[in-house]
Amino acid sequence: MSDSANPLSDIKLKEAIMGKKMKKHNSMISTEARDAWLMMAPALIILLIVAVYPIIRSFWLSLHEMILTDPGSGYPFIGLKNYIKIFQDRKAVNSIIFTLKFTITTVSLELLIGFAAALIMNKAFRGKGLVRAAILIPWAIPTTVSALMWKFIYNDQYGLFNDVLYRLGVIDSYKAWLSTSDGSFMALVITDVWKTAPYMALLILAGLQMVSESLYESAKIDGAGVVKRFYYITLPMVKNTVIVALLFRTLDAFRVFDLISVMTGGANKTESIAIYSYKNLMKFLDFGYGSALAVLIFIVVFIISLIYMKVLGDKLTDMEG
Amino acid sequence: MGKNNIFKLLLFYVFVILFVGIIVLPFFWQFMTSIKPISEIAAIPAKWIPSYLHGEFYKNVFTKHPFGRYLLNSAFVASTTTVLSILIGASAAYALARLRFKGKKFMLMAILSISMFPTIATLSPIYLLLKELHLINKYAGLVIPYITFALPLTIWLLTNFFSQLPKGFEEAAEIDGCSRMGIFFRIMLPLIKPAIFSVALIVFINAWNEYIYALTFMTNDLMRTVPVGIALFPSNYELPWGDMAAGSVVVTVPLIIMVLIFQKKIIAGLTAGGIKE
Repeated sequence: MSDSANPLSDIKLKEAIMGKKMKKHNSMISTEARDAWLMMAPALIILLIVAVYPIIRSFWLSLHEMILTDPGSGYPFIGLKNYIKIFQDRKAVNSIIFTLKFTITTVSLELLIGFAAALIMNKAFRGKGLVRAAILIPWAIPTTVSALMWKFIYNDQYGLFNDVLYRLGVIDSYKAWLSTSDGSFMALVITDVWKTAPYMALLILAGLQMVSESLYESAKIDGAGVVKRFYYITLPMVKNTVIVALLFRTLDAFRVFDLISVMTGGANKTESIAIYSYKNLMKFLDFGYGSALAVLIFIVVFIISLIYMKVLGDKLTDMEG
Repeated sequence: MGKNNIFKLLLFYVFVILFVGIIVLPFFWQFMTSIKPISEIAAIPAKWIPSYLHGEFYKNVFTKHPFGRYLLNSAFVASTTTVLSILIGASAAYALARLRFKGKKFMLMAILSISMFPTIATLSPIYLLLKELHLINKYAGLVIPYITFALPLTIWLLTNFFSQLPKGFEEAAEIDGCSRMGIFFRIMLPLIKPAIFSVALIVFINAWNEYIYALTFMTNDLMRTVPVGIALFPSNYELPWGDMAAGSVVVTVPLIIMVLIFQKKIIAGLTAGGIKE
């Protein structure tokens, strides 16, 4: 075609072909978009009905006086009164303080232990597979089961905890750990750290394995010490992994329910907001006030996520193919 | 130098053994409790190794409590949840990873943020919804919320895996006259089979372990799942430590076996979400 006698018609022909191609391309994109929405539809419908709508309804319920045992009240709209009540309610305030204390203590211990364990185990050694499997087991079992296990370990007479500490000479008589508030707090923290620090170690270990050995080698040659190498190579390389792991752990710790429900039931000042909210919802059937507490958890969790996201930047969604 | 290295290695193994020891000790203790005679459970100071094997607690678990039924309920609910959320999630993930449309980034962020919804914050509305639909004490009443909370994770991880596949697969198939659905089911799904398996394991374990929904939506004892059933072993009159120990061993052993066999798959799934350079 290039040796056609008429150059003008040649150009026109080219344009015509291009135009057709463009049109075809456009219609392909639009059927592609239609197919994309069709393929996402089932997931989106379920998420809308069973996640988004309930959150909105929770918020709506929290603005009403709605005690299910008192349908005569007509469930009136009371604005933000339930939220004001939270801050006048001694039990609610205590549960907020407890939850914050629990979250900060467990997450920092888990990060410390998890990071240290990951750094130490970041090399090839015999039995690594077995160690990794052992690490996964606490994560894999139901929290209620691990809580029951540990509850018996803390038992005042027959428990392993007293037995070991007594034999080691740490205590001179058996203690009823779960009947004091400090003891209960410590027991809950140990159990939570036992279940999730290994998991944290696993995630950080996976991040560490992406740091190439040659980086350390060249830094060593340049005379960088252990601390410098950690600060300038390890830390920046695993930062994102650690932040994501921290985010999920913080959210989980703040919503803590299963562990406390089984181990102390909220006794001895160990009532988390989730436990207190659940009691209001399902025991006192006070759906208004219980929902307000639940929405409060949602808002705090949302703020925590935003803070982490900010630190993380756009890393999470940098995945357009 | 040699001596120093041996010392370092020794220190390293001491640490590893200590670390693993602390992880395993509670399981060991629980297992021993489950096979001890009652008198030795109550021994002071504690008797670590029972003097003879005592199997009654295991019998109790299945005769005093409907534990077999709990296991069946959990197995059914968790596997149905897994299959459905993989099917629904993979199709959405494929669209998010491989198809061009506007608002992709927003959809991904929206789905991810749903995974941060605290279960307690959706509990009462879902409870009311299930009540209106007469789904309290029905398997569907548990499976539907479980799918909802498995979906963000499933979609997130599978989108990651789909977008790692090289470009061009679809075009070749399109030229061969394959429809979009054909491409998805016959070409793309088989390609990420290993990833699907990893995600399925995690979804299954999460559903198997869930507590708040199961506690609230299944009030009939025969419909309870394992985590709730075992948590309700203690009654007002007694704390059956032996039964609880035996029950937890029955739940834990299959999970340990699963973890030992599939650890690489599980870790691949767990770390895929977080690490993305």
